[in-house]
Amino acid sequence: MSVATQDTAIRTGRVMRTLIYLVLLLFVLFYMLPLYVMLVNSVKPLEEITGGGMMNLPQVFTLEPWFKAWSSAQIGVEPTGLSPYFWNSIKMVVPAVIISTVLGALNGYVLTKWRFRGDTILFGLMLFACFIPFQIVLIPMARVLGELGLAGSTWGLSLVHIVYGIGFTTLYFRNYYAVFPTELIRAAQIDGAGFFQIFWRILLPSSGPIAVVSIIWQFTNIWNDFLFGASFAGANNQPMTVALNNLVQASHGVKEYNVHFAGAILAALPTLLVYIVAGRYFVRGLMAGSVKG
Amino acid sequence: MRSYLKTTAIALALTTAAGSAQADAHGGVEVLHWWTSGGEAAALNVLKEDLEGQGIGWTDMPVAGGGGEQAMTVLRARVTAGNAPTAVQGLGFDIIDWAKQGSLADLNAVAAAEGWDDVIPAALQQFAKVDGKWVSAPVNVHSTNWVWANKAVLEANGIAEPTSWEEFTAALEKLKAAGVTPIAHGGQAWQDATVFDGVAMSVLGPDGYKAAFIDLDEEVLGGGAMKEAFDRMAVIRDNVDENFSGRDWNLATAMVINGEAGFQMMGDWAKGEFLNAGKVPGQDFLCFRFPGTAEQVTFNADQFMMFDQGGSVSDEQAALATAILSPSFQSAFNVVKGSVPARTDVSDAAFDDCGKKGMADLAAAASSGNLFGSMAHGHANPASVKNAIYDVVTAHFNGEYDSETAVAELVDAVSIAK
Amino acid sequence: MAHLANADFKTRLQSWLPKLVLSPSLALVLVFVYGFIIFSVYLSFTDSRLLPSYGWVGWENYSKLWRLSHWETSLINMGIFAFLYIGICTVLGLGLAIFLDQKIRGEGVIRTIYLYPMALSFIVTGTAWKWFLDPGIGLENVMQTWGWESFEFDWIKNRDFAIYTVVLAAVWQTSGFVMAMFLAGLRGIDNEMLKAAQMDGASNWNLYRRIIIPQLRPAFLSAFVILSHLAIKTFDLVIALTGGGPGRATELPATFMYSYTFTRNQMGIGAASATIMLMTIAAIMIPYLYAELREKK
Repeated sequence: MSVATQDTAIRTGRVMRTLIYLVLLLFVLFYMLPLYVMLVNSVKPLEEITGGGMMNLPQVFTLEPWFKAWSSAQIGVEPTGLSPYFWNSIKMVVPAVIISTVLGALNGYVLTKWRFRGDTILFGLMLFACFIPFQIVLIPMARVLGELGLAGSTWGLSLVHIVYGIGFTTLYFRNYYAVFPTELIRAAQIDGAGFFQIFWRILLPSSGPIAVVSIIWQFTNIWNDFLFGASFAGANNQPMTVALNNLVQASHGVKEYNVHFAGAILAALPTLLVYIVAGRYFVRGLMAGSVKG
Repeated sequence: MRSYLKTTAIALALTTAAGSAQADAHGGVEVLHWWTSGGEAAALNVLKEDLEGQGIGWTDMPVAGGGGEQAMTVLRARVTAGNAPTAVQGLGFDIIDWAKQGSLADLNAVAAAEGWDDVIPAALQQFAKVDGKWVSAPVNVHSTNWVWANKAVLEANGIAEPTSWEEFTAALEKLKAAGVTPIAHGGQAWQDATVFDGVAMSVLGPDGYKAAFIDLDEEVLGGGAMKEAFDRMAVIRDNVDENFSGRDWNLATAMVINGEAGFQMMGDWAKGEFLNAGKVPGQDFLCFRFPGTAEQVTFNADQFMMFDQGGSVSDEQAALATAILSPSFQSAFNVVKGSVPARTDVSDAAFDDCGKKGMADLAAAASSGNLFGSMAHGHANPASVKNAIYDVVTAHFNGEYDSETAVAELVDAVSIAK
Repeated sequence: MAHLANADFKTRLQSWLPKLVLSPSLALVLVFVYGFIIFSVYLSFTDSRLLPSYGWVGWENYSKLWRLSHWETSLINMGIFAFLYIGICTVLGLGLAIFLDQKIRGEGVIRTIYLYPMALSFIVTGTAWKWFLDPGIGLENVMQTWGWESFEFDWIKNRDFAIYTVVLAAVWQTSGFVMAMFLAGLRGIDNEMLKAAQMDGASNWNLYRRIIIPQLRPAFLSAFVILSHLAIKTFDLVIALTGGGPGRATELPATFMYSYTFTRNQMGIGAASATIMLMTIAAIMIPYLYAELREKK
């Protein structure tokens, strides 16, 4: 972890340092605020919430909303809670993240180490693809999935996420590999190593940091996607966000805000976990690659 | 090209675990709906168990959000993919639009066997029977021109149930003077439009309402009476609290329940909130028609559209449609939902006072020609026009237009959307 | 002989392999992005309503689009939103990164806290923000109960200010991510050069202004790409926070396009608005991509 504590040449005085700490703490409060609201209200009984005082600590502490959100809240006709949908999301996210990251790595490898005429234009095409608004692809995508026989399946949904993630993963890996010494590749080539051998033996072992960036980015985006999940999933593989939406958006009846907030935090746990566990490598990965031109 | 795509996708997918969802529909029904709140889902569960008793499986496909808007987006993706669900919850003009696309199954055989033509009001049949073909099964009839009032608050301020606009404004004045929020309201476009339904009906009268919102007659849309309707909306705007914008309707209902506010104009689903809070109709709260619309009912109805699964209507669809229109389900479901049965021959014994009144009003309005589709809920004109009217009503309500501009904009917006 | 032919095949395969590896991704992007864009542009000239239909209507959808006053509102909002969102995120991200780069205790924890909002979906954080901004139960109410009677914060209910609450929540979500990008950039700067400049008596302010910040140019550009992409796609946030209201005051092109295509059954107008959006994006991004990619040759 040399990166996180790297020395900086800048020296600051005592007053300045106090000021810096103050500002940083102020922003800690700012960033924590919505999470605080959600957490505090997820452990209150409903009457306490509707009674007002959303910032107050709970007078009666209860974990009931959490259990309810997980296993007994009304999602559809049956009160299943969010748990079955959790696995649907995992089944969709994991292959999509892995495949799009692998494709991004291979593309980045080709675009930097096996350059050919017009490769920059191809990269430009892939990059511009990041900007397509998802709303316009719904109908044609549905048509294509239907033709492929993938409508309503987990694989179909994964395919959609792979397609619209390739631009980003390619961007990350390309920028990362761009600064990787090409001499090493040439040397290996002279030793008779092939395309995949070089990738496997030379580039891949040092791709850790950027793989983390790519995985975090893809995981977060795919896990949190609602539009594609709602449109392309079938009845048996709706992802967690669709279930959460059903829980929160129920139009009639009492809104159980405490259950909603507990459900929201439950739905976000995997991404939060990824950020907390891999967060330290994240900055390192960004540093190593994606911010360098 | 297609085969190339196919190989690419399969190479990507690495396995061919595809199309699992299509298989589910066989031997059962797949139902796309947005009824996910406790009471509604419990009521739907009655239907599910009924079918399961007949050996028909139920695959649940709930997509909540935006009063069904989200589910309609999903439906479009499913139909485009050639993978339409068996049955889909639908409203008003959406049903007609889908029928015109040729996507819906023909339920005439079921309808004839069950005698739907005789027991379902003609105004409702317009949205269930397209070009002589039954395409969907109505579950309920909601009506939107209701006013909900806190009885104690009204009594404390010496207010009787208002029956005219003048009495209503006088009541609002009294409440304001007493420091009570006169009208509980949530500032969302559909809620603004729901209020407008009642206001427009009271000013324009049934003929004017029909000419403006159903026939889209530009003279009525841009006429003096319409300006009067907008002026009344402005009066209502002056009697809501300043924090109304963006509020959910049920939170507005809670204000009436708690006595913070006197009235709320909302469809009959609001009743469920009162009942959940342990309030008794007639004793704790009042339900009456918007002043000046005592004779009329503006309605919207939830239905289940049956999607064509290849040729004829399937046995499962027929069973589902029959179950939906069985008097026992109609009664059980609507008692929970706050609405009234879609068929007029269901006993009102299980309903509370407001429910009984709703059933009587519906029957009376249906027989006297006073039953009209609700503009605010997509039963007077297609979605494009409805939303164009929303835009103007909500802009006016939020002070962007004065009444004169609103009337001109209304004509313009409707002509663009037509 | 057979051995030789085999070797020849191998070399040729090796030279084709890179392109072969690239081709599935490229094919996917060509079909699913550019194919769909062409389809969408085509739809904007048709009479499509509920589903795609292929009756040609020429420019009618475009002329209808420009007659709609809240299309203009949504474009103006986009301008305000994108300018403030990208600007504030960049300044805040850079500032926090510089502060966090001063050998701060507990940096790891602080960094994680700054980053976590990216991990949450707006389906429900939107509700938390909505409450917080609501004058009746949120900040205004809390401040007033704490004794600051005259405190007022009702932007979300005010149609002239509501768009700024959308900016606030969006900044909350992504400024931490931008901070991480800048922090990474700062950590990549050569310390020797800074030390040399310090010897010459340069102040911290001058160090940042003259040496450090200019070196962060790649980070600025990456941040700009990521932020403009997020700005254009801002959709969930508006739906959860304001639903486009009060009135239509916080409508953005993405919500406009969605509502015309899917809830108003006017797919033609929706496609026309999408086409205009895409052209605007292209007008901004293509020169940028061109400059960026050409430089590196």
